[in-house]
Amino acid sequence: MNAFVALVRKDLVLYLSNRRALVMSLAAPILIAAFFGSLFGSRDSKPAHVNIAVTDLDRSEISTRVVAALRQDATFEVTATGEDEALALVKSGKVAAAITLPSGFGKLASDAMVGGAKPELALRYDPSQAIALQVVRGLLAEYVIRTVASTAGGPRLTLPYVTREDAAIARPETKYNSYAHSFAGMGVQFVLLMGVDLGIGLLLMRRLGLWKRLRAAPLSRRKLLGSRIVSTALIALVVFTVVYAAAIAIFGVRIDGSVAGFIAVLVAFALLTGSFGLLIAALGRTPEATRGLAILATLLLVMLGGAWVPSFIFPEWLQKLSLFAPTRWAVDGLDAMTWRGLPFHDALLPVAVMLAFAAVFTVVAIWRFAWDE
Amino acid sequence: MLEAVELRKSYGTRRAVADVSFRVAPGEVLGLLGPNGAGKSTTIAMIAGLTAPDAGSVSVNGATLGKDGDGFKRRIGLVPQDLALFEDLTALANIELFGALYDISGKTLRNRAAEVLAAVGLGDRAGDKPSTFSGGMKRRLNIACALVHDPDVLLLDEPTAGVDPQSRNAIFDNLEALKRSGKALVYTTHYMEEAERLADRIVVIDHGHVVASGTLPELMSTLPAAQMLQVDIDGDVDVASLASLPGVKQAQRSGNRLTLGIDDLARDGGAVLRTLAAAGCKVRHISSDRGNLEDVFLALTGRQLRD
Repeated sequence: MNAFVALVRKDLVLYLSNRRALVMSLAAPILIAAFFGSLFGSRDSKPAHVNIAVTDLDRSEISTRVVAALRQDATFEVTATGEDEALALVKSGKVAAAITLPSGFGKLASDAMVGGAKPELALRYDPSQAIALQVVRGLLAEYVIRTVASTAGGPRLTLPYVTREDAAIARPETKYNSYAHSFAGMGVQFVLLMGVDLGIGLLLMRRLGLWKRLRAAPLSRRKLLGSRIVSTALIALVVFTVVYAAAIAIFGVRIDGSVAGFIAVLVAFALLTGSFGLLIAALGRTPEATRGLAILATLLLVMLGGAWVPSFIFPEWLQKLSLFAPTRWAVDGLDAMTWRGLPFHDALLPVAVMLAFAAVFTVVAIWRFAWDE
Repeated sequence: MLEAVELRKSYGTRRAVADVSFRVAPGEVLGLLGPNGAGKSTTIAMIAGLTAPDAGSVSVNGATLGKDGDGFKRRIGLVPQDLALFEDLTALANIELFGALYDISGKTLRNRAAEVLAAVGLGDRAGDKPSTFSGGMKRRLNIACALVHDPDVLLLDEPTAGVDPQSRNAIFDNLEALKRSGKALVYTTHYMEEAERLADRIVVIDHGHVVASGTLPELMSTLPAAQMLQVDIDGDVDVASLASLPGVKQAQRSGNRLTLGIDDLARDGGAVLRTLAAAGCKVRHISSDRGNLEDVFLALTGRQLRD
């Protein structure tokens, strides 16, 4: 027991003694999670404007009112300008789209409402901002139809329904916080990368002859490898705890579900990280060759797990595939216990799946570990 | 007493160690001498329990490798060829860690760690990290880490690799003190000077085989000549007539230099010089060396130790 504790303590001391690496391992997930969280902001956060350019060649009452409606919409930041300049703005990426209301647009549009020829409205767009184009297209159609209909003496057109929008989460009194998901995702990513580093560390120990010295001591395989899993898991817990402490203190993330479930998910993921690091060490040959492959594998796992973007936006086949990624269960488990506000029993399946992965990783690692020198 | 009996190890079709046997008594230093790749480190790895031998056995004071797992390992201290130290732990923390692996704890561990640090002359650097140490100091700390559990046998795999002569002497002093304290030392090296200085007995290994073993004088006695005489001359002499002189074991000429193997410098050297004078040769320079382990290895294998 004394030897086991000494080995674990050694790993912890070595991890904490490298101040620069320590700060980076804590700061990186917090900073990147903050960025992603702000990117996928909650519905209450103010969205960024869509910059558009408008050229009114008609100067009719209808075209003037359409331009005014676009200006009043908070979605848009409108630049009224000449057609050539508008096109230049699109090409340079400064606006997402340029709308040209042609000469005679007002009259032709009014006539088109009763079966006349339709005027052509030029819409030039930046192909890199395709999502913005959909917004421009939808709102432009709405404002043109409303303006033309009302100006032509027809009925005031309006949407024939209203919507009532409720966030469907377990505790209605809580609000969705996009940082909760981004901190879960980035925490999973960086903790797993830390696990890779500790696995590579084992390969470096072998290269430096330290492994020989450890092997020469009266230590069983279980003690030597088990201590590595435990120390990696403890470090993973420390990192995740600090990351979530920042998320709670600075970004308002709350554990709206079961605290016990949240802790269970973290512990299971920490053990998964420890076994993953050991697997890397067992399958790797040299630190250099292993590092690149291990990082690639980790990033793929993290991506599949929905750590970068929520897995629901994946195509169906990828969503099914992602169920085989332990990271998916980690992220889903953390989401469930934070912003989804689910009870303890909803943590059980993610925990069980992660522990199963950890067991498989450990068995394979012990089987494949190059024991002899 | 360490006893290795007919150790054998192959990697695929390559036989790394073939039937290597030796004994080391308490207070004795056994030198394992051989060129790089001769099988010294594999032999050490087998004795330390790092590599399972294909055949053979190793025992220390009654504990047998493979049968008395922990008991055997507790009697062995390994000083690897690499500097097997945690650079970010202090010297004391390194030693305490390796001591804890042998289930030493508390005050006993602290006392023992301080003791071995002092023994290798690093008592005043206990709180410093190895990253601040010179190469020689790191080597000494490397040895101290293997001593903390007070083993009966110390296996030293090229423990002076890459250190300056002064540090090497300090390490030798440490090892001689250990020898006096009754430890059995197995010392691998490809430096014949180290084996000559430290080893009570020497096992010469080449291509995994023991090609010779014995004390230094015993090994020297296997040389065809005890002294090598070099004579720089002007003039011609019949080399065959020199080789046929009584006491001259070999003679060869390369340019103006004659190299002769002789048994006795006073007796046989005089005959050589008289023959040269009779042939009308002018002697410009004379020097002599006694035979050494390099010559022994050359005579046994036809190769240099550092090939």
